[in-house]
Amino acid sequence: MDYEKIEKATERRKKAVKSVTYVFLTLWAIVVLFPFYWMVLTSFKGYGAYNSEWVPKLYTLSPTLQNYKDAFTEVPLGDYFINTVIFTLITTALMVVITVLAAFAFSRLQFYGRDLVFTIFLTLMMIPGELVVITNFVTITNLDLRNTFTGLILPSVTSVFYIYLLKENFAQIPNELYYAAKVDGTSDLRYLLKVMVPICKPTIVTVTVLKVIECWNSYVWPRLITDDAAYFLVSNGIQEIRENGFGRDNIPAMMASVVVISLPLVVLFVIFRKKIMAGVSRGGMKG
Amino acid sequence: MKNNDLKGWLYLLPAIIFLGVFLVYPLIDVFIYSFEEGYNFASGTYSGVGGFNFAYVLRDPYFLQALKNTLILVVITVPASTALALLISVGLSSIKALKNLFQTVYFLPYVTNTLAVGLVFMILFKQTPYTNGFVNIVLGFFGVAPIDFIGGPYWAKMLVLCLYTIWVVIPFKIIVLTGAIASVNPIYYNAAKVDGTSRWRVFTKITLPMISPTVFYLIITGFIGAFKAYSDAVALFGTDLNASEMNTIVGYIYDMLYGNSGGYPSFASAAAVILFVIVLTITCINLLVSKKHVHY
Amino acid sequence: MKVTLQNLTKIYPSRSKKESKGVVAVNDFNIEIADGQLVGLLGPSGCGKSTMLNLLSGLQKPTGGKILFDGDDVTNLPPENRGVGLVFQSYALYPHLTVKQNITFPLENRRGKDKLSKDEMNSMALEAAKLVQIESLMDRKPGELSGGQQQRVAIARAIVKKPRILLLDEPLSNLDARLRLQTREEIRRIQRSTGITTVFVTHDQEEAMSISDLIIVMKDGVLQQVGKPQEVYDNPGNLFVAKFLGTPPVNTFDGYVKDGGLYIGEERVLDAAGVEDCDVNVAIRPEGFEINPQSAFTCTVDRVEVMGRDISIVSTHEFSHNPLVRSIIGSENVNDVTEGNVKFDVKKNKTCIFRKDTDERIFF
Repeated sequence: MDYEKIEKATERRKKAVKSVTYVFLTLWAIVVLFPFYWMVLTSFKGYGAYNSEWVPKLYTLSPTLQNYKDAFTEVPLGDYFINTVIFTLITTALMVVITVLAAFAFSRLQFYGRDLVFTIFLTLMMIPGELVVITNFVTITNLDLRNTFTGLILPSVTSVFYIYLLKENFAQIPNELYYAAKVDGTSDLRYLLKVMVPICKPTIVTVTVLKVIECWNSYVWPRLITDDAAYFLVSNGIQEIRENGFGRDNIPAMMASVVVISLPLVVLFVIFRKKIMAGVSRGGMKG
Repeated sequence: MKNNDLKGWLYLLPAIIFLGVFLVYPLIDVFIYSFEEGYNFASGTYSGVGGFNFAYVLRDPYFLQALKNTLILVVITVPASTALALLISVGLSSIKALKNLFQTVYFLPYVTNTLAVGLVFMILFKQTPYTNGFVNIVLGFFGVAPIDFIGGPYWAKMLVLCLYTIWVVIPFKIIVLTGAIASVNPIYYNAAKVDGTSRWRVFTKITLPMISPTVFYLIITGFIGAFKAYSDAVALFGTDLNASEMNTIVGYIYDMLYGNSGGYPSFASAAAVILFVIVLTITCINLLVSKKHVHY
Repeated sequence: MKVTLQNLTKIYPSRSKKESKGVVAVNDFNIEIADGQLVGLLGPSGCGKSTMLNLLSGLQKPTGGKILFDGDDVTNLPPENRGVGLVFQSYALYPHLTVKQNITFPLENRRGKDKLSKDEMNSMALEAAKLVQIESLMDRKPGELSGGQQQRVAIARAIVKKPRILLLDEPLSNLDARLRLQTREEIRRIQRSTGITTVFVTHDQEEAMSISDLIIVMKDGVLQQVGKPQEVYDNPGNLFVAKFLGTPPVNTFDGYVKDGGLYIGEERVLDAAGVEDCDVNVAIRPEGFEINPQSAFTCTVDRVEVMGRDISIVSTHEFSHNPLVRSIIGSENVNDVTEGNVKFDVKKNKTCIFRKDTDERIFF
């Protein structure tokens, strides 16, 4: 056997496979990133410049901020933005409180019917949202809550999955801690706030961030429940801008709006990258 | 009731109220709606009980169009996105340098607004009086005549919808699959290496069987997700999906409920129940198949 | 196949940047293993045994030095071209494949002119299975087998491709005590009947001594001694080897050589004519004691353990390194042992001395 030849051939094959792998991964990275690049690039192109490019250029030599001005002045993007912030903050805050209380009850308190209720909760995880949206729409309409924040928020505050996630985390805290606190005369609520919540902060942060993303991107429910543009969230806003926006096909200005809408989540993602990815890999909601 | 019992229920109360009103009650109600014939939205009255709503929906050409679109979308995007995600994850698992960077980049579509980025996709594919669109110009280099992907032939629109759907759903699959691959004990790879196993055989005979539960999980959730497709289509083709022949079942449900053609919660409920039954059936079939083929 | 290691060295790069030096797992090894031998690679945990095995199999590349198989340099050859069979400590059986599929797995990898037909593969698999006596388990999955059976399947998978060298990583560590005894005989038998040069790693000296043709003792990546088990036991090269081999372990004492005599404390234990005066460590095997009331060497009896054929006198001595000194003598002497002190003659051929400063063996 010619060992030297085999060694060299193996080395070559290894290098070839590695190069192919990197080329392939880079290609997919381009596929993923290109729309983002395109959107940022176009948002800095002038209206005239963009429309004069039959073959779109992949760069611009005369960047302009005019599109961003237009996005905030010609269409009520600022209002959509503020609406979404209000909606997201309130919904997430309510969700966290309800989730923490429920997870605490399931993981720490002993009471009659607990396991049965938990099983029912788990079953509820499998119910597709499309089934319940119809009745909710009727309910909210009948309560005269269309085009109000209350109507937007109420059906969005509970998430069985997050209760489940947090309950699992709470259950990992050793019982001894609870009994020690009981012996010291600590009330349940105080124990929850002073011991469990701080210990499980990472999971609570994950759940919060995931919920913020969900709220920020929510489209279906807001679309059903709001037809007054004053209550539009960004998803509906962008659809409104697209269909009736700048009075003409002002694509650079649309792209500026898209950048403004996307930016908060990208920033959030950069900050909480690890938490978000870990949380999603345990069973995300979009896919 | 003991004091303790009361306290437990008290902590659960907010969750139970919200879930009861907005999840459990609607769930029951939707089935009731779907059998109430001639329901009047304004007065809340109905003329009878029966299967008319289902019969109507199943004969409605818009529903049939939506059903066809959804099925095509499911059949194309679920296998394609799972296979592609598998390929990417295996590649990702085999490298060290830049791995984190790639992983982060690949995840980006997950956190972005589907509607907003869909708009970018639309513009990349759209033909306007000012430009053929970026994709057409790239295809032009390969001698392909320009195609109107957004307002043109059916298959072109479907292609864009499939591509965008794949782009949107792949991050979730990649992150789950890389996790599964990382949890395979490296000792099996060493054993295979000593025996001179080719890469392809390592993948098909070791990696794939070992992560098969995860792959099936992704296929099942992929089916469920694809059957519920809606906002991707809106992002590309606008809110009037019936006009562009690109409606989906979920889109049909919402259109029945609200908007220009809306005001028919009974029809919407019937369509929702039909969707539910389809998804349930497919999931059961999937589970049965996976029982046969998953090795643990 | 003859295996030669020349200056073989493996250094793991250090994890932290502060330490510039890496961890030396294998340090400058020079060994020759003759064809067809069963070799026990012996040392405490973390001494670099497993690294050695990985270097031999090709799963890891050495930092320096060479590995020769029958004189051919295979140092940089990938594992698949070396013709090695490797049995992993945890067996690494593919859980989703049956026993038969596991055994034929290496054969199915062959491509091109080496490709085997289904029949050839089946008969080879059956032959290997028969050798390890698992032919009745061929259709089971690894999860349905006991630890011992899994071990046999792993060995069958390693030998089915007729490797030039068989490597076993801690082959007995996952088995219970009774099975361990049985399996080590089995390994010996399989090795004899195949004639494959075999290296197995273990931290259990008894295991290594009982079945090996050759044992290699290593510590902290450094080769301590190579030789036939009895030779190494009788003539340990340094204090570590003396202590590491033998059950019950060797008794060690602080001692010194003065005026041609070996002393432990004030007591002259043996003649050491011609040895220059120096401080030494004295290692006396448990069987190296003989009761003699006239002798100088005096221990305080703690207890006597009766083992039938022999008795074990457990005693204390001021200069012993360990709290207890253990001696084994014939049971006919049981009545000579009384409460209080016991005096021993020390057998010269069961005693080794090592210079305290250099750990060098002194022959006397």
